[in-house]
Amino acid sequence: MKTLKFLVGIALVIAVSAFAIDRVGFNTTGEVGYSIGDNATDFKLKNIDNTLVSLSDYDEAKGFIIIFTCNHCPYSVAYEDRIIALDKMFKSKGYPVIAINPNNPKAYPDDSFENMKTRAKEKGFTFPYLFDEGQKIYPQYGATKTPHVYVIEKISGNSVVRYIGAIDNNYKDAASADKKYVEDAVNALLKGEEVSVETTKAIGCSIKA
Amino acid sequence: MQKYISYAGLIMLLIQCKGEQPLITEANTIVSSSGVEIPVYNFDNFESFLKMNDGKTRVINFWATWCKPCVAELPYFELISSKYSDQDVEVILVSLDLPNQVESRLIPFVRRQKIQSKVILLDDPDADSWIRKINENWSGSIPATLIYNGSTTNFYEQSFTYNQLEKELKKIL
Repeated sequence: MKTLKFLVGIALVIAVSAFAIDRVGFNTTGEVGYSIGDNATDFKLKNIDNTLVSLSDYDEAKGFIIIFTCNHCPYSVAYEDRIIALDKMFKSKGYPVIAINPNNPKAYPDDSFENMKTRAKEKGFTFPYLFDEGQKIYPQYGATKTPHVYVIEKISGNSVVRYIGAIDNNYKDAASADKKYVEDAVNALLKGEEVSVETTKAIGCSIKA
Repeated sequence: MQKYISYAGLIMLLIQCKGEQPLITEANTIVSSSGVEIPVYNFDNFESFLKMNDGKTRVINFWATWCKPCVAELPYFELISSKYSDQDVEVILVSLDLPNQVESRLIPFVRRQKIQSKVILLDDPDADSWIRKINENWSGSIPATLIYNGSTTNFYEQSFTYNQLEKELKKIL
């Protein structure tokens, strides 16, 4: 009887994990998550200063630059200075950066909440760096990797997705990037124009739930 | 000790000597250290690896030393490589490590892990221009794997167990 219980338990674990793998697999194909024009969900996530941050806290914002990023990923690290620059450039214009670490620290200990605090301090992050506790928000957005950017425009209470993708077209060297996707998208939105490049792809570190 | 060799000249020479079309594509450079040579490609030069039509089945895995799930599945690719080499299967491990870490990270890793499969570096920072050319559905996260023979191609943006990988390979063999 004990053995049977054990086997049932095992079967359950396998069934649940199969489901989890299936879901992640589905996400990574890009079938799930937001497309341009979708209404993005708000969230209430813990910031490195232990406060909770939501999009709805930003009454004055015209929109947001939401960046899924983390500590451990070299591509994320390569973009840290550019993320700070984006926040400095656009916060005062109504498009603040909100960074979210989507990784489960069990998969990547470097991405623990404590390490997020340390990294933010070292780099002097000027923006909230939120922890997606339980890894619940990134799948709704459809983020698959870090860094992965969503430019959001606030329209009558909705958060409309206007751009999804990379920050620019050269992760190695900011000076050599001649297509600044996020900068161009936000500048277009500020002018009331359409975003010309709405989606781009980039290599990144896969997000681990 | 790092040395960059101009590979183009070498290849031209090889073509002339052998008088036949080489299967290997021109690398832009080769980084060589401690007896390990890593050919470095931009996408234009790399692209022919995706279109080789010599009857062989190719398993092309995109990975990096910093990518934990990639490193975890590398032994399965090595096993496929040794087990199926007599069935015309070639495994190519395409590293997306940062180019300035080839000597400090990639080569020591290849040496330490005694990797037998072909390891090359894809160094082309304008990823948006080439990710779709590898597969329309690839978001750009790694690990990602392409298995193809001739015009039959299957693409996977996922991690593999050995059994899954072998099963997918057998679909093409």
